Amino acid sequence: MASPAPLPPAEADPGARLVLAEHLLACESAVACARAVVEWLARRHGVPAACVGPGDGAGASACLASEGLTGAQQAALARAWDAQGSPLAGFRNRPGARGLAADAVEGAVMPGGFFAVPLGRAGAPAAALLVVGLPGPAVPEDVAWVASCAGPLLARQLASDARAPRRPEPDRLLRRVINAVSDPVLLTDTDGTLLFANARAEALLVAGPDASPGRTRAVELNQRLFRETLAQGGTSVHRREVSLVDPLEGMDLLFELATTPVLAPDGPSVVVSVLRNLTDLGRATQALGESYRQLRATEREARSERHRLDRVLDSVADPIILTDPAGGMVMMNDPAERLFAWPHEEGAGGEATLRRVRANDALFASFLANLLGPVNAGVSRWKSQLTLDDPATGAPVPMEAMANKVLGDGGELTGIVTVFHDRTEVLERARLLERVKEVSSELEARVQSATAELAEQNELLRQQAIQLEQASAAKSQFLANMSHEFRTPLNAILGYTNMLLQGVSGEMTPPQRRNLTRIDSNGRHLLEVINEILDITRIEAGRMPLHLSDFGIPELIQEVMAEMDPIIARSKLTVETRLDEGLPGVWSDRQKVKQIVLNLLSNALKFTHEGGVHIAAEYQNATGTVAISVKDTGIGIDVSNQEKIFEDFQQVDSSPTRAYGGTGLGLSICRRLAEMLGGRVSLQSAPGQGSTFTLHFPRRARRT
Amino acid sequence: MTNTPEKTKPLVLVVDDYQDAREMYAEYLEFSGFRVAEAKNGQEALDKAFELVPDVILMDLSLPVMDGWEATRRLKGDARTKGIPVVALTGHALKGHSEDANEAGCDAYVTKPCLPDALVDQVKKMIARRDAASTR
Repeated sequence: MASPAPLPPAEADPGARLVLAEHLLACESAVACARAVVEWLARRHGVPAACVGPGDGAGASACLASEGLTGAQQAALARAWDAQGSPLAGFRNRPGARGLAADAVEGAVMPGGFFAVPLGRAGAPAAALLVVGLPGPAVPEDVAWVASCAGPLLARQLASDARAPRRPEPDRLLRRVINAVSDPVLLTDTDGTLLFANARAEALLVAGPDASPGRTRAVELNQRLFRETLAQGGTSVHRREVSLVDPLEGMDLLFELATTPVLAPDGPSVVVSVLRNLTDLGRATQALGESYRQLRATEREARSERHRLDRVLDSVADPIILTDPAGGMVMMNDPAERLFAWPHEEGAGGEATLRRVRANDALFASFLANLLGPVNAGVSRWKSQLTLDDPATGAPVPMEAMANKVLGDGGELTGIVTVFHDRTEVLERARLLERVKEVSSELEARVQSATAELAEQNELLRQQAIQLEQASAAKSQFLANMSHEFRTPLNAILGYTNMLLQGVSGEMTPPQRRNLTRIDSNGRHLLEVINEILDITRIEAGRMPLHLSDFGIPELIQEVMAEMDPIIARSKLTVETRLDEGLPGVWSDRQKVKQIVLNLLSNALKFTHEGGVHIAAEYQNATGTVAISVKDTGIGIDVSNQEKIFEDFQQVDSSPTRAYGGTGLGLSICRRLAEMLGGRVSLQSAPGQGSTFTLHFPRRARRT
Repeated sequence: MTNTPEKTKPLVLVVDDYQDAREMYAEYLEFSGFRVAEAKNGQEALDKAFELVPDVILMDLSLPVMDGWEATRRLKGDARTKGIPVVALTGHALKGHSEDANEAGCDAYVTKPCLPDALVDQVKKMIARRDAASTR
């Protein structure tokens, strides 16, 4: 496009030049002039073109207008126009167009060379430079014409721009810029009279003459609201809210109004107002407030729920602790606080209390470690026994701790609940039980040992009994043997005495016979003693068996009387018998009954000096016993001696010089024999009143 | 009767190891009109009994060499002597000797001490019973 083109026809085109001239005259600004020129040239010759001139702002030049050039080329041209000593800058003080090489501008290779034409009035400093991409050296006619015609116009425009006070209304660019702002922007005087409004502001605050009556009313309302708001704040920098009406839709809109007073350099102070639409923000705020209220309500609800939960948990006597997944305390009930929480009140506990709480916390932490961490992910609960310290007293508190993981909906760990159970009572009960067991086993052991001792003593007694029995048997055997040994010589003594008394060896003198008689009676007494001892021995050794038979009492008494007849005759006493009629026959040991009666009668005769002896027999139907009594009129027996006489070798007078003979074994044997029969011997007596001995025995003996 | 020529005097064999007792009974029996033979033990008693065939035998039961029970059993077991009455004599009142003695074949039982006259009575009773039996 920028290739060297054939020179345009030399003849002028008056129509085209006229149009440009008219346009230039209508231009109100230098930029507009420059744009018209550049566009005209570029269109006529199909080449790039640009106009460089003073920029707005701090002295740096800029491309006022350009066609067919890049931004970088425009910037390079502007820099070259300002740079001291550059080929382009040389045009500032020298009129006349000139051609330049393609590389004359540093940083901007122009296509195939170009023309530079200073613009402005002759003699006056050039205010602008026209650059056209055409090869030199001759200046094209159109370029020269533009320089001569448009140059002064542009220069004047530039000068006018620089000199004339700027109108309050921004130029178009600025207007476009401001219009692009999405917030309504207004410029007013201090009374609020509108000087300028951007598009957004106009939509709210300006109504054209052809606007609808609704819109006109809305705009008037908005203007009034705006003015009132502005008046409230004064002229200082201020932010406040203002409610306006959307003229199109009639909705309420909330704006934040920011006002900045600006002192114009050439006139009265004005006010820049920016309105920021808060309607959405307001809605958001409202929603936020609603959410906040809901949140508060929810929180209140949660708090009351939490309080309820707290009260429930506090009412549980067992300590309960809720911890987060990391093991941090989330919540604990009152019982747990007493063990694990630091005392609230100052001085509630001393160093010792704090130490104990710390120790408890440490124990709890190590307990919880069994559930924490990825290693224990598979463990859902943990139970263990901890011995905590009562922070107040230091007394050990045996606890069973049970921790359970609390899982969220997704199975993730959200917390751990630990419940403690005081085991003091359980342990105390177990201790008591143990003690009871101990005592009872002790008791049992004692009973066992006592039983064993008893058994031992029993065994000892049994052995002693056996020994006694053996000793008794030995004694009996000894006595039996002794009696035999006594009898053998006694047999000879009595035999020879008897033979001598019978005169086997011849007749004897009376003194000899008297002495022999004494030998005989003493020998007989000795034999009697031996026989009685033998009886007792036999009874005691159980070697006197019962020989039970049927017999009659009358016959038995008759027999006794017959045997005792010589003694009765010698005693000169009367002996009577009185037997009950109808005495039944008895079943007993006849020999023993007879021996007893013989003995009783013998005694009666021995201890009775005058009077008589009375034998009676009767049957006592009620008791089934037979009673045979022997009553004498003898010396009688004092009550104190009545028991003694039944004992072995005892008479009332047991002295060596006693008046009555006998072994003192007779009654003793009688009593033993009576017992063998299942009966007894009774005695009724008083000194000087005589005595009555009675044998009682069952009519029918039972074999023992 | 196959007695000795002195037919009027019955022969009594006194068996006792205690000499005093034996001679005492012998003297009193002779005093009472009996002929007497003596033996000190059971074996001697058997020998004398078979040799003399006495009319009555007084047999102490506790004897050396052969006791009275055994001797009695043999006498009663022998045709030559089984008809001779045996009167048992014992000082052992304690034991149930009388039964044992009856078992052995004794015809009577006398407990020592037994006065000579009582013993002679018993001997006379035995002879009378034997005579009664033989004359029947």
